Amino acid sequence: MSGIIEKLTFYFQYPFVWYALIVGILIALCSSLLGVTLVLKRFSFIGDGLSHVAFGAMAIASVLNFSNNMLFVMPVTVICAVLLLRTGQSTKIKGDAAIAMISVGALAVGYLLMNVFSTGANISGDVCSSLFGSTSILTLTRAEVWLCVVVSVIVVILFVVFYHKIFAVTFDENFAKATGTKTDVYNLLIAVITAVIIVLAMNLVGSLLISALIIFPALSAMRIYKRFRAVIICSAILSVLCAFFGIIISILGGTPVGSTIVAVDIAAFFVTSIIGKILER
Amino acid sequence: MKLITCENLTLGYEGKAILSGLNFTVNSGDYLCIVGENGSGKSTLMKTLLHLQSPMAGTITMGDGLKINEIGYLPQQTALQRDFPASVEEIVMSGFLGRMGLRPFYTKAEKKEARELMEKTRITDLAARCYRELSGGQQQRVLLTRALCATRKILLLDEPVSGLDPVATADMYQIISELNKEDHVTIIMISHDIGEVANYASHVLHIGHRLFFGTKEEYMNSKIGKHLVTAGEEAKA
Repeated sequence: MSGIIEKLTFYFQYPFVWYALIVGILIALCSSLLGVTLVLKRFSFIGDGLSHVAFGAMAIASVLNFSNNMLFVMPVTVICAVLLLRTGQSTKIKGDAAIAMISVGALAVGYLLMNVFSTGANISGDVCSSLFGSTSILTLTRAEVWLCVVVSVIVVILFVVFYHKIFAVTFDENFAKATGTKTDVYNLLIAVITAVIIVLAMNLVGSLLISALIIFPALSAMRIYKRFRAVIICSAILSVLCAFFGIIISILGGTPVGSTIVAVDIAAFFVTSIIGKILER
Repeated sequence: MKLITCENLTLGYEGKAILSGLNFTVNSGDYLCIVGENGSGKSTLMKTLLHLQSPMAGTITMGDGLKINEIGYLPQQTALQRDFPASVEEIVMSGFLGRMGLRPFYTKAEKKEARELMEKTRITDLAARCYRELSGGQQQRVLLTRALCATRKILLLDEPVSGLDPVATADMYQIISELNKEDHVTIIMISHDIGEVANYASHVLHIGHRLFFGTKEEYMNSKIGKHLVTAGEEAKA
């Protein structure tokens, strides 16, 4: 036990470990807030789709040698998010098929570009770190941490202010629209926030595992609680705890950060499932 | 007072008309039943009245100071809602959102109003319960209360008793009738059940190959109405 504490105090002397912890917890918080809405609106896969879009955009940005990738990746992902949530309502291509199409397409094109116009020697390493976020969370700069803090604060404020509207749009869009709620505006808001969180989260867990951050806390919370507000709060707390312990475990065990956090999320899901079963009796 | 006037309405979606030449008016205090076969455009008419989609031709005029967002709506339930984690109170209160503008939270007055409405629809004791654990009839009463939170002027009910057992069905009709008679809420209801129409409605709009609009008495004496009533009785016997 004292060995563990010693090791932790050693690591926490370094600012990059603090940065990783702060960013990890904030992203976990934001994604879990939105996750409940996305899961209930049957948009669980939008996280997956958008993260692959972000991966593709990242590949294009690095091929074109942009000095700041974010300025390119962020708008592209936001636009795709808006388009995807739109197709959910149109009839030509159904929502799930549209998401699958864009997601796989972006992944393939991204990898193709990185391979053909490779700038570095270690392509598979680059791809792997974009997909699984292996070490990039430990190379965060001070500016990136501030960006993440500011965006997270904005997301949380927006969520609290529009909480009841988000509930209404999630539960029954037609009713909300008919009685005068501007559902299009709130759907757009949800899409934009989702895209922003996904781009930020790519640094943390990489584009393949972002869905886990969005889906798992929401599903876990729904095992136990039956009120919307309780589900949201529980999901946020669970997600933050999982991110915290995930990062600590990965520091102690030297495991990859992203997949460790997701593993902890999975464990939490099983625990809450069992608690839910017991409570039902 | 005329609340809604529809003139020469043509309805449809994706450029295909499914119903045309529709004329009818809804006066304050009416209990209008919309009947017709499956696929005759009842739900499309409902969506058009709610301004969720626009008519292909013709006009809908709102009178008596009725605003577009002052129409309460009891939709048919979707699969999504059946397993939605929300309490009865949360769902009922969400009826207020349309008129809240950018105000983020509910006021005390709104909470009190919601409690009074829940009393009226007999769901007070369910307030803290989870929506998905309620029976079909209870769920419908919750959604009805939400619609009442949105407006007390006019309610649109889309097959409010479909899938309910006989007791819950009678309950639902009873509550709707009370709202109409005691609180002077104007009712527009889509229904399959012509027998119930005879008991409660004041006006009937029949849509399909042949159109009919008039009072219940006129409808019962018309050829189209008689035909349906006898068909309904035969089905029951």
